[in-house]
Amino acid sequence: MLGRRQSCFTVQKFSRRKYFKMDAVVEQKIKMITHDRDWSMIIEPQRSLLDLRLSELWRYRDLVMLFVRRDFIAVYKQTILGPLWFLIQPLLTTIIFTVIFGNFAKLPTDGLPQFLFYMSGTVVWSYFADCFTKTSDTFINNSQLFGKVYFPRLAVPFSILISSLITFLIQFALFLVFVACFILRGSPVHPNWSWILFSPVLLLMMAGLGLGFGIIISSLTTKYRDLRFLVQFGVQLLMYATPVIYPISSVPARFQWIMLVNPMTSIIETFRYAFLGAGDANVGNLLYSFGFMLVVVFLGSVIFNRVEQTFMDTV
Amino acid sequence: MSTVISVEHLSKTYRLGQIGTGTLSRDLNVWWAKTCGKPNPLLRIGETDRGNCHGDELWALRDVSFTVEQGEVLGIIGRNGAGKSTLLKILSRITAPTSGKIKVKGRVASLLEVGTGFHPELTGRENIYLNGAILGMSRKEIDRKFDEIVDFAEVEKFIDTPVKRYSSGMYVRLAFAVAAHLDPEILVVDEVLAVGDAEFQKKCLGKMGEVAKEGRTVLFVSHNMSAIQKLCPQSLWIDSGEISWLGPSSEIIRAYLNQSKGISSSDEMDLSNWTNRYGSGEVRILLARILDGNGVTSATVYRASPMTIEFIFKNQYSGPLHFSIVVKSDSDERILHLSHYDTTDAIVKLPKGNYQARFSIPELPLCSGNYSLVLAIHTLSLMPLDVVSDVLPFTAEDMIKSPRPYRTHNGHAYCWTPNLFSVTPIA
Repeated sequence: MLGRRQSCFTVQKFSRRKYFKMDAVVEQKIKMITHDRDWSMIIEPQRSLLDLRLSELWRYRDLVMLFVRRDFIAVYKQTILGPLWFLIQPLLTTIIFTVIFGNFAKLPTDGLPQFLFYMSGTVVWSYFADCFTKTSDTFINNSQLFGKVYFPRLAVPFSILISSLITFLIQFALFLVFVACFILRGSPVHPNWSWILFSPVLLLMMAGLGLGFGIIISSLTTKYRDLRFLVQFGVQLLMYATPVIYPISSVPARFQWIMLVNPMTSIIETFRYAFLGAGDANVGNLLYSFGFMLVVVFLGSVIFNRVEQTFMDTV
Repeated sequence: MSTVISVEHLSKTYRLGQIGTGTLSRDLNVWWAKTCGKPNPLLRIGETDRGNCHGDELWALRDVSFTVEQGEVLGIIGRNGAGKSTLLKILSRITAPTSGKIKVKGRVASLLEVGTGFHPELTGRENIYLNGAILGMSRKEIDRKFDEIVDFAEVEKFIDTPVKRYSSGMYVRLAFAVAAHLDPEILVVDEVLAVGDAEFQKKCLGKMGEVAKEGRTVLFVSHNMSAIQKLCPQSLWIDSGEISWLGPSSEIIRAYLNQSKGISSSDEMDLSNWTNRYGSGEVRILLARILDGNGVTSATVYRASPMTIEFIFKNQYSGPLHFSIVVKSDSDERILHLSHYDTTDAIVKLPKGNYQARFSIPELPLCSGNYSLVLAIHTLSLMPLDVVSDVLPFTAEDMIKSPRPYRTHNGHAYCWTPNLFSVTPIA
């Protein structure tokens, strides 16, 4: 009985042989099925940059709505005031703005009642800011989820746009109530009906800008976390570069073009003109903003599309 | 039967170590230095520049090709880090492959974790809808299956309570219930049965078996060999990113288990340098082998046939010795215990020297399956002198001419005993 230590060599050798035989069979099978259209899905290293798979997103529309619902319910669970916070936030901001910028700093308001002026600014601006900051966290906040299951990643930013829109509509309704009160009291407020009908387009533009910037940032934050801080801070700074707390007419004429580079400027001014009757509604500037929005959305989708395929490896 | 999954030359590489420097400012710093022709400012002295990638490449999968037929339940086994999960991740589109492609026919649902996307603040009902939608069900589908899901999870009473108030068991049950009611053509499951209590695991396994019977294709990753053996006729063994073997589960599992213990099905084992042992070392087992019914060294023995285990040991202990052998199943359960006191009450006291011990079993009571041995020599007071574990893996088979029309698998039982049976007509 002679001892001889055997290694796992026999197993390995055997399995190799088996593997090669197997491979030949597979090769044959692959050849048999040559038509790609027989398959319902093909997973490849890179898909084309413009293949956004919007039809797939449409199939997952239930998921988008459930995300919206989740965000609403989860935020105000276990709060006493609940959804009232939607109204308290813009009200408090407006009051503080009225006190600080209106009474202390005495900034001009285009002859509008200060309260309405600031309220229109904050409500409209907060829609853009919400869309932007929340979508920019898409990948970071959902990495746990994205790492375990596939669904069209764009569902998350879209659900954010919708839930922000609902918040906006609630706040905007409050704003309209105040507008009505002020008109009844005889304040110099003159809503412009033809521009009011145009306002959904303005909303769309803001949503587009928020989404575009947001998904660009979120795609980059998978690698560079510092952009998150930049966004939180940057949105605040951007607000001061946008006529939210002052009218563009108060800016010296030779600096106005700098303001108008900012695509949000004309949107906010037009909103004000539509609902309050003072401001700068200029079709040329709006077209510029619209074009800007299209470019940002396009760039954003291309980058997002690129990143979403492999972000799990870098996040 | 048609091919529903075709994996063609699939590879995935990961870069080890840091990708980039982690912050934009530093990346820009490096980039600026490069364009100015300066050396990388972040490089440690003595380190060579490897561009933006610090580290080597790891091939998580390398040129993997296989096909899966419709209705097939394929088990995927392999050690941690072998590439199983990467394969599933690519298949469920969580990450893209580096090269190669996968073609799929039908809807794929992947279950890499239970309770993905559960929100603690939402109620059970809301979470069923949310989780179902995340897994790819439409609202209508969930409406249809809602009652079934709640039934399966046994949480009717708490369906309108936020899930953060659930016990962890209820949470997992609810999560699995949603997943179990997915109706995809292809189901990809990763080690989700490791959660929950034994009864629930059984229920999950049952459900998976059902899914398989309905003619759907299932890919199942697990370290639970008995589950694989039960559910999957075929298995795929992945070893460091490559397919090591694709074939019948029982064969693959045997080879895999033997390899993971670092041994092969050898006839004779040199145990002098075996590390998986304990004891004082005053006795040392050197060599061991198994003889089958014909007295030939073999790793295969037959049920109800004789089997002999022999081992050679070196004795330096002056007191009386106690010899015993334990037969363990491939899931590490102890099945049989043999002691030399079974047959004699003689006290074995040996002078120093080398000896050969031999245990003979006239009729092997084991059902077909894979087993290994623990050889032990103790003192009379059961202080271990030398105990070697996981040695001499062997396969028990049903007798060549077994009257049984079917093979007994480990899933049914481990032991067998001769019995008398009769059927008599009643008037």
